[in-house]
Amino acid sequence: MEQMQISGRVWKYGDDVDTDVIIPARYLNTSDPDKLAEHCLEDLDEDFAGEVEEGDIVVAGDNFGCGSSREHAPLALKGAGVGCVVAASFARIFYRNSINIGLPIVESSEAAGEISAGDRLKIDLQEGIIYNRSSEKEYEITPFPPFIQKLIEEGGLINYTRGRVK
Amino acid sequence: MAMTMVEKILARHCDRAEVEPGQIVEAEVDLVLGNDITTPVAIEEFEKIGVDEVFDPEKIALVPDHFAPNKDIESARQCQELREFAASYEISNYFEIGEMGIEHCLLPEKGLVRPGEIIIGADSHTCTYGALGALGTGVGSTDMAAAMARGRTWFKVPGTIRFTYRGELQEWVGGKDLILHTIGDICVDGALYKSMEFGGEVIAEMDMADRMTISNMAIEAGAKCGLIPPDEKTESYLEGRTAEDYTPLTGDEGAEVVEEIEYDVSEIEPQVALPHLPENAVGISQIDSIPIDQVVIGSCTNGRLQDLETAASILKGRERAEGVRLIVIPGTQNIYSQALESGIISTFLEAGAAVSTPTCGPCLGGHMGVLARGERAVATTNRNFVGRMGHPESEVYLSGPAVAAASAVKGEIASPQEVI
Repeated sequence: MEQMQISGRVWKYGDDVDTDVIIPARYLNTSDPDKLAEHCLEDLDEDFAGEVEEGDIVVAGDNFGCGSSREHAPLALKGAGVGCVVAASFARIFYRNSINIGLPIVESSEAAGEISAGDRLKIDLQEGIIYNRSSEKEYEITPFPPFIQKLIEEGGLINYTRGRVK
Repeated sequence: MAMTMVEKILARHCDRAEVEPGQIVEAEVDLVLGNDITTPVAIEEFEKIGVDEVFDPEKIALVPDHFAPNKDIESARQCQELREFAASYEISNYFEIGEMGIEHCLLPEKGLVRPGEIIIGADSHTCTYGALGALGTGVGSTDMAAAMARGRTWFKVPGTIRFTYRGELQEWVGGKDLILHTIGDICVDGALYKSMEFGGEVIAEMDMADRMTISNMAIEAGAKCGLIPPDEKTESYLEGRTAEDYTPLTGDEGAEVVEEIEYDVSEIEPQVALPHLPENAVGISQIDSIPIDQVVIGSCTNGRLQDLETAASILKGRERAEGVRLIVIPGTQNIYSQALESGIISTFLEAGAAVSTPTCGPCLGGHMGVLARGERAVATTNRNFVGRMGHPESEVYLSGPAVAAASAVKGEIASPQEVI
């Protein structure tokens, strides 16, 4: 997670946003994040890919990223410029993949429930705070378990692995 | 301390006497799997690690099955990357077109999955291997890359939800109906981060094909794995398939589980999951006439010989309804060959079906049966998300092979009793 502070506008979705709508399989004949980004979320929200701006934040309900194991899903979101995904809960493979590719994710059912589409957020990952500039409300982020923090601090799984192979 | 099945498998692979839910452990893996969609990304990450060999060339399996046989030039390039990586790292379990199959039908058939093992796959349906008593779980490409280098990965020890199935199955009800009913009951995040453990007299009576169908869809409830305790059926399935030793592990008496759920299967009729979530499962009697354009019988969920036999038993002497495209895809080359020998491929052809070489193809809207806007399919696959089989305004209804075959004959979603 290179960037510790993220500021952007909210794109709000519901529960069970699956990896097929994040990036439909018809585009999986490439893994280029820029090409994937052009189609990110298009089956759910046709405006998203064209209008999303660098640092924008996707906020959703439970089970975000359910379905396929395609790492192309967090790659597409990151490629589109999404700075962080805030959800009430994440599907487990999407959770791992996001950490591995460095897409910041935050689990908070309170924030996910209260934040609205179009709100302006400032997220400080270091301090563990989501600040909603539009409603002037603040939410505390539960930190990652120590092992995952260590993975992030070592620069992700590939770097972590590099230090541990013969 | 008494441990559940998943805890025992994890403890054994990280050399600990015990592990408990919530703990993060690093464990050895017995097999690392990838396909033509996920492996190209993994190769790119693997090369960043800077090792000149994989941890064990015999413990990696690469299967071009999703967009293979190559559906377009870009897919051809992805399959080529897989092939070249397999050749340069001397990966023995690479399966070329003509010998390959849908990965989760193929690996058990080849004896590459054994009880008590840990298998990670860059494919979410790796949980299928739970049916053989192995901890199979889906991961992404970066996890696959790291495991190819190190032969280890991290796991959060999951809590267990135990599902027990009792009673007598109704006619035409199989593994697919039980798992759809279960997901309908607990919902698509009902087992998030958990191990589902399936047991009871009904599971004990079931053949391996039905068991694999059940474990296959554990991910559709958000689970990490879907385990079935190995028994004599598992052993006899493995006979002649593997020469390797293995250690079957089952949960201890009194091990703590998060929840116990029991079903009386005699109350479960053939199920159909309505668009656009697998949890929208309803009994077939609750469905009024819904006309369809396409039927797909196959996939890692229901592409095994027994599934094809069930479908053929309904299609024998009958034809697909006019206007319905019936696509049958045997899960592996071996299944295809057995189906040919037993005559059921002829049954399909006589019924007006198109029979394809093994591929995941239509399940994920890749090729071999993509849906147009407004079209509707009944499929024995595992997901009916928006746009899963093609156009975002198309619809997929999930069912077992019996309902799929009956629907092809009737031209609308139908129970087998309606056409026989």
